[in-house]
Amino acid sequence: MKAAKRGKVVSYNRWGYIFLIPFVLVYLVFQFIPLVSTVYNSFYENYRSGLTQIGPNFVGLGNYRALLANSDIWIYLRNTLIMWAMGFVPQIIVSLLLGAWFTNPSLRLKGQQFFKTVIYLPNLIMASAFAMLFFTLFSDGGPINSILVQLGILDAPFRFLSNTWGTRSLVAMMNFLMWFGNTTILLMAGMMGIDTSLFEAAEVDGATSTQVFFRITLPLLRPILIYVMITSLIGGLQMFDVPQVLTNGTGEPMRSSMTLIMYLNKHLFNKNYGLGGALSVFLFIITGVLSLIVFRFSSEKK
Amino acid sequence: MTSTNEKQLSKGMGIRARRGIAYVVLVLLSFLCLFWFYVLFINATRSNGELTKGFTPLPGGYLLTNWTNLVHGTLPVWQGLFNSFVVAASCAILCTYFSSMTAYAIHVYDFKLKKFMFTFILMIMMIPTQVTALGFLQLVGKMGLEDNFIPLIVPSIAAPVTFFYMKQYMESALPLSLVEAARIDGSGEFRTFNSIVLPLMKPAIAVQAIFTFVSNWNNYFTPALILHDDKMKTLPILIAQLRSADWLKFDMGQVYVMIAFSIFPVIVVYLLLSKFIVQGVAMGSVKG
Repeated sequence: MKAAKRGKVVSYNRWGYIFLIPFVLVYLVFQFIPLVSTVYNSFYENYRSGLTQIGPNFVGLGNYRALLANSDIWIYLRNTLIMWAMGFVPQIIVSLLLGAWFTNPSLRLKGQQFFKTVIYLPNLIMASAFAMLFFTLFSDGGPINSILVQLGILDAPFRFLSNTWGTRSLVAMMNFLMWFGNTTILLMAGMMGIDTSLFEAAEVDGATSTQVFFRITLPLLRPILIYVMITSLIGGLQMFDVPQVLTNGTGEPMRSSMTLIMYLNKHLFNKNYGLGGALSVFLFIITGVLSLIVFRFSSEKK
Repeated sequence: MTSTNEKQLSKGMGIRARRGIAYVVLVLLSFLCLFWFYVLFINATRSNGELTKGFTPLPGGYLLTNWTNLVHGTLPVWQGLFNSFVVAASCAILCTYFSSMTAYAIHVYDFKLKKFMFTFILMIMMIPTQVTALGFLQLVGKMGLEDNFIPLIVPSIAAPVTFFYMKQYMESALPLSLVEAARIDGSGEFRTFNSIVLPLMKPAIAVQAIFTFVSNWNNYFTPALILHDDKMKTLPILIAQLRSADWLKFDMGQVYVMIAFSIFPVIVVYLLLSKFIVQGVAMGSVKG
């Protein structure tokens, strides 16, 4: 009887493995094997020159040397980081402000649900369609230029997409619009987790709301702020849809809005597997290190 | 009493002034979020000729004409909509079902590799799909699955983010005693999961189904590398194709209708379910 019981307990827990089979199987086939073969490819010379296939020949770290010695990757890394920062800085400021307002009981803002709904909306819009929309709206003869000229703000249409900072600003603005609602909601969750007695004590001591924000809210939010920043950076390094569609994959003007993933996409499209592999591994290492930091943070909090 | 408190609180600025500023900023931001869609709507209703003359704030009467031109044009829009829907809906179903199953395995059972698996899934959560795209493409090529939806749908079974959400939800909504009670009643493990646990998970499944649907509906990077046949293309690929076409020769009215067509379904779903979605984001964000 006892033995039978124990046998049953063991057999229950065996189900843990059984229920994990789909996840593990799919992960191994569609993510782990691709990861291994990506790394494998990065050590081989393998590309197409016209119609002739070169390689695959083992070249050791040759692809990495070629990739890192070329200035392209650094230009694209810089572009990616610039456009990410241009979107992230206003995003975090606005989100902090909105989060503080929404969670401040003495402000008693009305229509919160409406505002939250509206600011989250752009996050769900198809990024490629949004970029296509911006491309048409901000084109030289497009409606935005038409409005600005009609209002007398501009004398002649401004060529947003022929200007380095014009294009970068558009990408940054789209990223800002798509992500500030999400960040606001994340930060609000953090702000609502702060012990309200701290605010009450500050109020009794006669602190102004600005002091409360900078001395209490901000320091206590630090872990979640760092979490938001690093996850946003990981997302920023994957920036692709918006600049790809906005510039038709060229990263124009003068490759100033070309991102790392657009570069990778180009290699993949041209079946340039050696360099593409090295670039993938490069990105994998960067995001891997960043995710480790995030992982540390979220497990420390527990 | 509150008024004296408020006065103390806001030595620098009155509460009314701060509230006023908050409203102004919120209205401005809402304007910034909605303005583009307003222009999109207006321009979708105007003819190409009217569009070249400049912007007017009132809609025109060409919406239907633009729409019929688009549908009878070269882009397979209906097919694209259908393809996008098939991929996104299948992903949503598979992803939520199997993520619940994975979460159930970790939540309910005690086995040797449990801790390792949980940590492992958390570690791979942040790894972007793009960095393994090269190997993924080669694998898909070797399996002969190019121009096929399988490589877009099946990988959604292993979704660490959805798993994590489900796991958190189970911690608050699924008492282990319930599973034990089902066992005493003689229910098999698989049946317990399907007929007792899944119904309990409905709210979490709904939220995650929406998110998975939307992110796959919007996905561009992987589908663009796998789908080349016009019959298989999803909407984002068609949009990008529209961009790379010689757009100066294009009827701009059609371009606007096409953009509106591809984002319209998501906007409708969002407006109907926005309350749950916004709550869902907040719920998933509370990590520890």
